[in-house]
Amino acid sequence: MSGARTIPRYSATFDPYAISEIQRAAATGIYDIRGGGAKRKLPHFDDLLFLGASISRYPLEGYRERCGTDVVLGARHAKKPIHLKIPVTIAGMSFGALSAQAKEALGRGATLSGTSTTTGDGGMTAEEREHSALLVYQILPSRYGMNPDDLRKADAIEVVIGQGAKPGGGGMLLGQKISPRVAAMRTLPEGIDQRSACRHPDWTGPDDLQIKIEELREITDWQKPIYVKVGASRPYYDTALAVKAGADVVVLDGMQGGTAATQEVFIENVGLPILCAIRPAVQALQDLGLHRKVQLIVSGGIRNGADVAKALALGADVVSIGTAALIALGDNDPRLEKEYTALGSTAGAYDDWHEGRDPAGITTQDTALAARLDPVAAGRRLANFLSVLTLEAQTIARACGKSHVHNLEPEDLVALTVEAAAMARVPLAGTAWIPGTSGL
Amino acid sequence: MSVVDLAEKSVRELNAALHGLSGETNETLWRVENPQGKHAIAVGVDAPVAIEIAGHVGYYCGGMNQQASIVVHGNAGPGVAENMMSGSVRVTGDASQSAGATGHGGLLLIEGNASARCGISMKGIDIVVAGSIGPMSAFMAQAGNLVVLGDAAEDLGDSIYEARLFVRGTVKSLGADCIEKPLGDEDREALAKVLAKADLLDKVNPGEFRLYGSARTLYHFHVDNAGAY
Repeated sequence: MSGARTIPRYSATFDPYAISEIQRAAATGIYDIRGGGAKRKLPHFDDLLFLGASISRYPLEGYRERCGTDVVLGARHAKKPIHLKIPVTIAGMSFGALSAQAKEALGRGATLSGTSTTTGDGGMTAEEREHSALLVYQILPSRYGMNPDDLRKADAIEVVIGQGAKPGGGGMLLGQKISPRVAAMRTLPEGIDQRSACRHPDWTGPDDLQIKIEELREITDWQKPIYVKVGASRPYYDTALAVKAGADVVVLDGMQGGTAATQEVFIENVGLPILCAIRPAVQALQDLGLHRKVQLIVSGGIRNGADVAKALALGADVVSIGTAALIALGDNDPRLEKEYTALGSTAGAYDDWHEGRDPAGITTQDTALAARLDPVAAGRRLANFLSVLTLEAQTIARACGKSHVHNLEPEDLVALTVEAAAMARVPLAGTAWIPGTSGL
Repeated sequence: MSVVDLAEKSVRELNAALHGLSGETNETLWRVENPQGKHAIAVGVDAPVAIEIAGHVGYYCGGMNQQASIVVHGNAGPGVAENMMSGSVRVTGDASQSAGATGHGGLLLIEGNASARCGISMKGIDIVVAGSIGPMSAFMAQAGNLVVLGDAAEDLGDSIYEARLFVRGTVKSLGADCIEKPLGDEDREALAKVLAKADLLDKVNPGEFRLYGSARTLYHFHVDNAGAY
């Protein structure tokens, strides 16, 4: 048949997204910056399954037999350890990246659920402290808003060395989000691009970190747990060195972890998925004889109670959530579809958090937009979500015969793929084979 | 005067005693003997007291100080007076790297030299160095005044925001976005004020200093400046 043509075929290498990015880069001369975490498909907890109890294991009665969820953090050195009622906490997100209303909502939701929330690059706001029964104060390389009064007001201190979306990278907050209040807190002029360093200004290396932690303990009279947060990249050694430096808690953030604004190329290409980072970190703690004594918090793409249960089964003590918490507050709500469309995006994919035009009022400093978020209602939604995560994790733990979610263990898991089996160090389903081990 | 001998008592005991002071305390004079280069001496103090330290100190002496006047009769290790909020820290000898890092307020006076990254990320503190300063000093400095009576090493004021850098001697090189600026009346007044706070106004001629600060070309990203980032 004359004139017959095949349908247009896109290149797998130069797919429409790759082409659009080349065109955008050529037009603007700057890399793409966005918020959120990695969007590419990565090995994740979905590739693991639990082995529910049957004959060889005995399950607990759902909804009747108790399955504990509480956890104590920081009993290694601190006079006042943190006691969480649930094994889920809220990750550090800054005032500046988020509106004051969003920060308040996070505090309200966490408090209703008996867990903690965390400050971020920008310091502590009064609203955040007021509404967070347990508040972790982050010390970041920028030291924006850092002061000893807030240090003493905190319930724990988290020395942030890196985050999952950008291990080795510094912070970025573009000028459109530097409102008068944000500028004052960060000692910066209004409206300029904020560059924050990737390294702490007054220490270099693990030996110095140990001295830094000692200073922080001295300032706070050894009362508060000291966390050390790293982006997942060399989890065995980073965990071991954080412990050696005196950390009470190690926070390990996988590459699915979110960010307020970072280069897309960084988000998608640097760091490790959390699935493959947990076991090496746990191994480091076990080798030091400190597993369950120095607690491990893991994060990066946690979405549901199964993710929580799997992370705990692999050896974590707590998981933390960031992106999921923002979604629970109301981010990317389909009811705002028209406004997302007007911004060139769609509900479920909106990630231009750096532009400060978030119609949900969450990732913005625009006062009119921020006023859209009701902190009380949003806090309630977050508390509901945290309850669901906990109930789901308990349900799975009971099915595996566990009276506490921390009794979940790698033996309760199998992997659906060879890759996941190797990364999580659990057997490939239907076999006794753990790739990369002795060959059994 | 309260005397704490660190050959007999721990840094923990010293800091606990200092943290127990209220704003109305009459224990206003403290002497710390035998510091022996120990770390975290007199950190987190929040009372209007005078603390004399008889010897060299390690890391972070006077860290996050509020209100106190601390004198180190000797040399100081890295991060002396880091993140200071108010009060003063005076070092009669030399200071190691990152002196006055991220300081928000108060006065840091170093009578000797300071090493690399002096005043890194300073956020309002006044720093006076009677000697010279090392490379990358005032990196990302946001606010406050750095006054150097001697020379500055490489890359002074790299990526600087709104801090003012006054140098009497030579500057080996300037960092990205840092330029020499004309001294205006407001700058002269600020310099004189800082020198007066350091009791140096009678000994030093403010007219001998040059001013360095931000060209503000990096305040908004532009691809043509990419090489400076």
